[in-house]
Amino acid sequence: MSSLETKITGATGRAEHPRWQEFLFTTRRFLSNPLSVIGLTLIVFFGIIAILAPVIEPPKYPDHYRIPHTGFRIEPTPPSAAHPLGTTQQQYDMLYGLVWGTRSAFMIGVLVVAANLLIGVLLGAIAGYFGGTVDEIIMRITDIFYAIPFLIMAMALVVAIGRGLKAVVIVLIILEWPSYTRVLRSDILVTRGRDFILAARASGASHMRIIFTHILPNAMYSVLILASLNIGTTILTAAALSFLGLGSETGTADWGQIVSLCRNWIVGAPGNRFAYWYTVFIPGFVISLFVLGWNLLGDAVRDVFDPKMRRR
Amino acid sequence: MHALTLVETGDLKASFYTFEGVVQALNGVGIVLNQGETYGLVGESGCGKSVTVRSLMRIIQAPGRIDSGRIVLFLNRDDRTHGIDIVHRSEAYMQSIRGSDISMIFQEPAAALNPVLTIDYQVGESFRFHRMEQMLDETLIDLDAARGARRRFSPARFAQSISAALLRRERDGLGRYAERVQVIDNELYLLEEKQDGQSEGRKGELNARRDRARSKDAFVSLARHFPFLRRYRRKLDATIHRHVVELLTMLGIPNPENVAERYPHELSGGMQQRIVIAIALACHPTLLVADEPTSNLDVTIQAQIVELIKTLKKTFISSVLFITHDLGLVAEMCDRVTVMYAGDVSETATVKELFRNPLHPYTTGLLASVPKEVQDEELAMIPGAVPNLIAPPPGCRFHPRCPHRMTICSLEKPVTIEHSPGHWVACHLYTEKDAPHV
Repeated sequence: MSSLETKITGATGRAEHPRWQEFLFTTRRFLSNPLSVIGLTLIVFFGIIAILAPVIEPPKYPDHYRIPHTGFRIEPTPPSAAHPLGTTQQQYDMLYGLVWGTRSAFMIGVLVVAANLLIGVLLGAIAGYFGGTVDEIIMRITDIFYAIPFLIMAMALVVAIGRGLKAVVIVLIILEWPSYTRVLRSDILVTRGRDFILAARASGASHMRIIFTHILPNAMYSVLILASLNIGTTILTAAALSFLGLGSETGTADWGQIVSLCRNWIVGAPGNRFAYWYTVFIPGFVISLFVLGWNLLGDAVRDVFDPKMRRR
Repeated sequence: MHALTLVETGDLKASFYTFEGVVQALNGVGIVLNQGETYGLVGESGCGKSVTVRSLMRIIQAPGRIDSGRIVLFLNRDDRTHGIDIVHRSEAYMQSIRGSDISMIFQEPAAALNPVLTIDYQVGESFRFHRMEQMLDETLIDLDAARGARRRFSPARFAQSISAALLRRERDGLGRYAERVQVIDNELYLLEEKQDGQSEGRKGELNARRDRARSKDAFVSLARHFPFLRRYRRKLDATIHRHVVELLTMLGIPNPENVAERYPHELSGGMQQRIVIAIALACHPTLLVADEPTSNLDVTIQAQIVELIKTLKKTFISSVLFITHDLGLVAEMCDRVTVMYAGDVSETATVKELFRNPLHPYTTGLLASVPKEVQDEELAMIPGAVPNLIAPPPGCRFHPRCPHRMTICSLEKPVTIEHSPGHWVACHLYTEKDAPHV
């Protein structure tokens, strides 16, 4: 049956289904932008490394996230056959740390953002839809979070909870949800006033149904874009905390941790500033690539999802 | 023949609590809508027409609120003498009558449809909300028939058995819910007109209990939210889809199968309005509220939609509450009309009576401002504009623009009197002894 015939008879096969068409359009739109392809490639590349970590660098300890080290010599060593990317201070193997650190990075990024999305969307939806006192209470709480400098609060909380990757994840979850709540609330306020919401109420829909099937699908886009952009930022913050010595314990495979091990060698040796260039450059470069990947992907998601951008 | 009342509002007051102040949108509105009639509500923009009908369904949006008054619905098909005052009824009760007994057509069809959901889904929602038991029953019959045709031990038959079991469970849950709610509603109905403290307390308790009652079985609600697992509902979706297509066909929508698959933006304005009408009519409501259904459509489509509503009224719905500012449409469609001004009811009469013998100065002004077939002089207009309802004029709200104003007009709100049988007016010209004869 030709496609014209399908249209006339009204029988829509899979190829004709609007959702399928929309999906094809979205994919084409996504692939036509070189930047989004670069972003996607970077993330897929890191993803593969994370999945294949046990193959690339077989673990030596029962705790896979402990970086093996040969000796306790303070001075880092440059790349060699035994250590393809060199070692850090105290002879931790850089390659092992970076490969297994990819897993930590994904874990931190995805876990934090997913939890933030959940909390932010729930509270934002309640605040935006019901308004009144509930709204006032939730939004004033977000204001309190905004009023306190982020990094200082994060440091204080990590110290309070106790060092470690888990603490970093928990702290970032506690501190980052307010931005999601705010963005979603404002979008819901706009959507809530639209006629089709009134129409849904007039045909007997319950509050929960209105929120979840009528408002959220119309108001989710900004939050989704924010989330994809935030994965990179979250990892940077986690790395910053580790760099300051508040993140994971020494020797854990975590990029921020590796950079922090190199903290003393950034300035190089007297007379030779670039003596230990690899200690800073390699982990820094990896973190930058990862964050760049998420940012490009986030931009691509915005281009694809935002109804105002997508039809250009 | 004495007409049976369907809706009666009395001294209905509603306000919007904004930052600038309290907008007194309705200032004691009383309208009576009879069973089987088409009732017009006319007035300028911002005179409270939409707020009146939204309070009938209790869907005034925040910061609006019904302050006082009563809205009595006579929906009980067996007992037409006692109504239900919905102002104090529970939200769950309101949800059960919205879209089922009273439904509404909106002014702007493009805005009244959700852009991210298909037509099929949006029309189907009415069935999901109010006809779920029927849908489940039909699906179960279909499933049983399909199972009978299959071999005894086939995977498909097994899947269908699971699906049928889950759907039957959902059906039983709905049945139990309906029974429980029926008991509560019956008791509330008997308590309706009692005013003493004890029965007021009992009413509150019953309303709260009705709100708490859940129709859904926890197990089923869990199953239906699981991806893959919820595929057991596909047969149910198919049943609903069949009903949607049937409904669209009945409304004269060409190629209904195709239209059902589409999203609102893919349809023309007239078609969108038909979809909105389809959503409103899905459950055969007793009262259809049409909130300026044709204002945003072009003239030919307007005529089609008006014609459609007229035919539908004969077959589907018993009464229509028609809101418009188009007096021509009122003359064409309605049996009785109420003219509203700034949240007040000015005049109520049958269409013929109102056009022949308008009493209120505002009605006279409105009629004079309609272009005539032979128009010699300049078109008449009512000087001034609708007042700001945060600080409405004292007394009669129309007095600053009234050509016949007297001293009393700015002091006292006129009472509504029955000037001649069936012709009600609220104006001091007809109540004051020393008023000049108009």
